[in-house]
Amino acid sequence: MEILGLYYYWVFAILLMIGLYAVIAKRNLVKKLIGLTLFQSAVFLLYITMGKVDEGTAPIFSVTGSNIFSNPLPQVLILTAIVVGISTTALGLGIVVRLKEEYGTIEEHEIQEIDER
Amino acid sequence: MIVIFGVVLLTLLVITAIAIVRTENLFVAVMLLGIASLFIAGNFFLLDAADVALTEAAIGAGISTVLFLSALALTSERERSKSSNKILSFTVVAVAALVLIYATFDKPRFGDPDAPVQTHVAPWYLEKTPEYIDIPNVVTAVLGSYRGYDTLGEVLVVFTAGIGVLFLLGSGAPLGSLPQEKINEGLRHHLIPRVVGRVLIPFILLFGLYVQFHGEYGPGGGFQAGAIIAAAIILFSLLEGEQRALSVLPARVLLGLVAFGPLLYLAVGIAGIVLGGNFLDYSVLSSDPVKGQQLGILLIEAGVGITVTGVLLSVFHAFAARGR
Repeated sequence: MEILGLYYYWVFAILLMIGLYAVIAKRNLVKKLIGLTLFQSAVFLLYITMGKVDEGTAPIFSVTGSNIFSNPLPQVLILTAIVVGISTTALGLGIVVRLKEEYGTIEEHEIQEIDER
Repeated sequence: MIVIFGVVLLTLLVITAIAIVRTENLFVAVMLLGIASLFIAGNFFLLDAADVALTEAAIGAGISTVLFLSALALTSERERSKSSNKILSFTVVAVAALVLIYATFDKPRFGDPDAPVQTHVAPWYLEKTPEYIDIPNVVTAVLGSYRGYDTLGEVLVVFTAGIGVLFLLGSGAPLGSLPQEKINEGLRHHLIPRVVGRVLIPFILLFGLYVQFHGEYGPGGGFQAGAIIAAAIILFSLLEGEQRALSVLPARVLLGLVAFGPLLYLAVGIAGIVLGGNFLDYSVLSSDPVKGQQLGILLIEAGVGITVTGVLLSVFHAFAARGR
């Protein structure tokens, strides 16, 4: 379990940084948004990992179930965050579509060049 | 056993994420993103977060893929330029990753019941929920009642984002004014998707309603149900063409849903004040405080579900209408 726990945290760090890399290095705006989605998922994974309790089950009382539950609080935060995340992603995609219509491109540096002209 | 599952899912997740960043075909990247979401949902399930896994599967693998694809249809499918400052970016990211990994050695042991995160308010919620609210799913109890303010805020964010997309993209020209060949027919002429879709859609809708109204007893609730119902209707529009979908649920009705959801939520909150309690205090909604809590949660979950369905469908139609 020890190794798995560390592995979860490491995957969080790696996933977070893969997302960040796409945001800062890629010039395509849709790719940046995809990177942002990965970044966001990494944060979700960290929160849920921290809420896990040894031998615990999902925090739902059942007739036969055990008395050890994983922490419900991070789950609530992340559940709502996922839905808010897709809404903001949709807003970002809306802006990208409008940029494409105005500039004819969704590559960051080409938009900048057109602006400087 | 769980260790093996976890390691395999996480490794596949990292590989998928690297492939997403490396590919220059955005279509491939979006498809891989859906797969990555599925791996993440699997991990959530292993980590006892059934509600979150359900949400991630419905939203990440379903709706977000559809939205990205509709945006790609309006922009371009390929990245045209190389990355900027590859080496510098990679160095920054690698150093940050190493610092984060170094920090993980100081974190409490995975699954430690005495870690700080488990010892503050969480035990109180687990202990008092049977007494105050008496519903089996603690996640729903915390979401709907104890942290009702938070959830109201989230619903308003979803509402605002939906309105923002409609402002940016507009709701498109009315379908009646368009020449026939411009109207998207969907996959109406493809037999297999049509037959499979016809069989699936009623059950997806039924499952959505089950998730909505069973959220107090099992994994589920308004956020998940809203996404599942929206997914069913989006599938319908993909199969039968947008026009039919809009004649079932016109854009005006969808706008009404977008506004009605938060209003229902706020109304429940204000009803609490009117009946002599605090804002979003459901105990006063019924003569028995526990019954009042349950009624309040049922109503606000309905508000959440209506908002999420309305917003996701409006956003989908806004993207689809822009393509005409």
